[in-house]
Amino acid sequence: MNDQAIIGCTNTPVIKERGQHEVFCGLTGIIWLHRKMQDAFFLVVGSRTCAHLLQSAAGVMIFAEPRFGTAILEEGDLAGLKDANDELDREVGRLLERRPDIRQLFLVGSCPSEVIKLDLARAAERLSSAHAPHVRVLNYSGSGIETTFTEGEDACLAAMVPGLAKTDASNLLLVGALPDVVEDQARTLLADLGIETVQVLPGRRADQDPQVGPNTRYALLQPFLGETAAELDKRGAKRVAAPFPFGEEGTTLWLRAVAAAFGIGDATVDRVTAAPRARARKAVAAAAETLAGQSIFFMPDSQLELPLARFLTRECGMEAIEVGVPFLHSKIMADELALLPGGPRIAEGQDVDLQLDRVRADRPDITVCGLGLANPLEREGLTTKWAIELVFTPVHFYEQAGDLAALFARPLRRKAILEGTA
Amino acid sequence: MKLTVWTYEGPPHVGALRVATGMKGLHYVLHAPQGDTYADLLFTMIERRGKRPPITYTTFQARDLGSDTATLFKDACLAAYERHKPEALIVGASCTAELIQDDPGGLAEALGLPIPVIALDLPSYSRKELFGTDETFYQLCRALAKPMDRTPEVSCNIIGPVGLGFRHRDDVVEVTKLLEGMGIAANAVAPMGSRPADIARLGAAHFNVLLYPEHAENAARWLEREHGQPYTKTVPIGSDATAAFVVEVAKLAGVKPAMDTDALRQPWWSASVDSTYLTGKRVFIFGDATHAMAAAKVARGEMGFEVCGLGCYNREFARPLRALAKELGVEATITDDYLEVERAIAAAAPEMVLGTQMERHIGKRLGIPCAVISSPVHVQDFPARHSPQMGIEGANVLFDTWVHPLVMGLEEHLLTMFREDFEFSDEAGPSHHGGHAPAATDAGAAALRLADGPDDISEGKTELQVVWVPAAEKELRKIPFFVRGKAKRNTEAFAIERGVSEISVETLYEAKAHYAR
Repeated sequence: MNDQAIIGCTNTPVIKERGQHEVFCGLTGIIWLHRKMQDAFFLVVGSRTCAHLLQSAAGVMIFAEPRFGTAILEEGDLAGLKDANDELDREVGRLLERRPDIRQLFLVGSCPSEVIKLDLARAAERLSSAHAPHVRVLNYSGSGIETTFTEGEDACLAAMVPGLAKTDASNLLLVGALPDVVEDQARTLLADLGIETVQVLPGRRADQDPQVGPNTRYALLQPFLGETAAELDKRGAKRVAAPFPFGEEGTTLWLRAVAAAFGIGDATVDRVTAAPRARARKAVAAAAETLAGQSIFFMPDSQLELPLARFLTRECGMEAIEVGVPFLHSKIMADELALLPGGPRIAEGQDVDLQLDRVRADRPDITVCGLGLANPLEREGLTTKWAIELVFTPVHFYEQAGDLAALFARPLRRKAILEGTA
Repeated sequence: MKLTVWTYEGPPHVGALRVATGMKGLHYVLHAPQGDTYADLLFTMIERRGKRPPITYTTFQARDLGSDTATLFKDACLAAYERHKPEALIVGASCTAELIQDDPGGLAEALGLPIPVIALDLPSYSRKELFGTDETFYQLCRALAKPMDRTPEVSCNIIGPVGLGFRHRDDVVEVTKLLEGMGIAANAVAPMGSRPADIARLGAAHFNVLLYPEHAENAARWLEREHGQPYTKTVPIGSDATAAFVVEVAKLAGVKPAMDTDALRQPWWSASVDSTYLTGKRVFIFGDATHAMAAAKVARGEMGFEVCGLGCYNREFARPLRALAKELGVEATITDDYLEVERAIAAAAPEMVLGTQMERHIGKRLGIPCAVISSPVHVQDFPARHSPQMGIEGANVLFDTWVHPLVMGLEEHLLTMFREDFEFSDEAGPSHHGGHAPAATDAGAAALRLADGPDDISEGKTELQVVWVPAAEKELRKIPFFVRGKAKRNTEAFAIERGVSEISVETLYEAKAHYAR
């Protein structure tokens, strides 16, 4: 192995861009968070634009009365903050009366509420005491002036950490909202390894929220949870540094790191993971036939770009041309950068027009981008993969490794079928 | 502050973007934070456009707020001009930028660009998307339309179509065909399909054909005032309205009314005996006011339905809709709260809903068939085939799409005759929609549960003091699902009217005789 392979992209200079960002704001995370936390309601305090964004980003409207809504600011609310607070209290009161099943209410700040400096932290305190003990009211910002897409989940989970019960017991805390089926798979693997107390942030219900303390080890399930990690550090918990559990290799390295933190050796990990590893390799291999040798360009979107580039290059034989990320958290991404074979450009931030110029110059075999860009690029003859599907689909751990690879293979296969070259 | 779950309209700057996206050679610079770019996907995903909408977002962040967001705006303006070389620029602020008061209009003006720069003032905290389309097109006309001589031959402008419009693409084709049939040329089609240069010569037309008052009524009025162009008041949806439209246009153009009706099949399809079963079907209609009112007229006059509810979400057009509702003997539902619409539909227990994508979902929940007649739209509202609402083919399309969700006539009879056939049961839904039976058994019950929603508990108690004796309830269940809701409602109303607190089989049939038509 040469030096470059060992350090991967650790020392790759980062292109930093500032311009139009073609990325969702943090409010979008509500679309999956509200399904994950079954007794929580997300109340965005914002404008009609926020409500329209949630509705449009959800794509298919989830009409089974969603557990989110927008308190739309009107002219009168802008005139005086006192009135806005009164109005908010009234709307929250009505909402909780109508939905007695709600145990956690998140007041979610937006661009307009931030700009008019509506203090949602104080509102949350006030409303918490008014509706205690039945409902706990928290707040975080999902505004586009402060958060990018998946950072909304980070802000939400970070807001939950200070309220978590304290424990001195040793426990493992998994951080990140995964589909229940994937979460259950992870729990089974960890139980098989012999790790007894495994808890998840966020819990599915308020009474299932984890406990945290100086003997807590936590492992991030998603690469965008930097703020949450910082909050957990403040509570004395210790992070298990690892690559993220995407693909067979990522999952194995993640499990090894977690196991090591609990004094469990490689032999046990090998024994427990042998069968699922083989399955994952087999499933990935099927998609890798399509993917091998193809080039890929990541526009910045979900913050999953680096781990996915690592998975696609190392396990599927793809060649990364550019890996764009909304922001680069060097500590959390250290293991990923080291694993990612050198070669691609790494870009942080975005000036969408300049980046599209690079896409057109490179003509990658597949471009990972947001919904606003996908069809226009397809019309230019470029194949794309919608990034949003990566956060809405179960893609973590062994049993989903094949599905993850297939998400990228499908647009290529489809194109071949339509062009008659399949 | 108003709690909203789903909205019928986006913010007004989305309306402006719909105008810009329909046009060529126009660019929109929007002072907005990251995240507002979601609006692009409305066009690229829902409408499947193969080009990005012509818009540049300044993407300011929290850290810019303290410093210089104005410079950011000016830089974005210059970069957009350099890259896209538009013929004209529209500039404005989204909801957040409105609060920081950078004055995009003034800033863009100061750049001294060699093209017209039109500032849009779209108040985000008091107005909505349809105001945005109408105001933007009006401002474009004001800024660009120059006084000029009329074309030598009679011509008109077709105004109103915009990006993301419900069947606008196909309506324009149909209406153009109608006009050509009378020898009237289209001087311009705007905003969708035009360039700024086309707007500049709107004044050359002899009159305007206003297709969608929601998007272009302000402009039509202004063009009438400033350029002396009268405009059409009839929206040609349905065969009656299309005929009336032809007469109105002929009068404005000074030509003889003419329409080739060879391809107009809707009136005969409606008159043929197979359609008898459509008589008196109770429909609830909701959408934007123009489409809802047109649908109500077609439903009553051309399909033979009974309109049992009518409403719109755009308050600006409430007055004519209220008048029509009154004429039809129903109460108008004017609201942009979809929960309120859901309650109104549940209470009316219609046999079909003609609505927007929101009502389609409401219909699904209540087990009531629905056809879509208006925005807000969904990817399915942009079919690959030609599928207009207006003109001759539009009338044909209305017939097909409104009949399709229903159980067919003979099937309806068979269901009534052999209600207890275990295979051929009404609960399976229309047989030509294999596989997706509505939640039929619960339709009536769900409708009633909803009518008894939390908001009604305090005031609406009296309605629910009647009880069904088990035998009557069993008899009610024998009635096919598509009329069960109506039968239940009618029987209860009948019982309450007579002070009967217990509904027996007898009461059920007395009510049936009472409401017989």
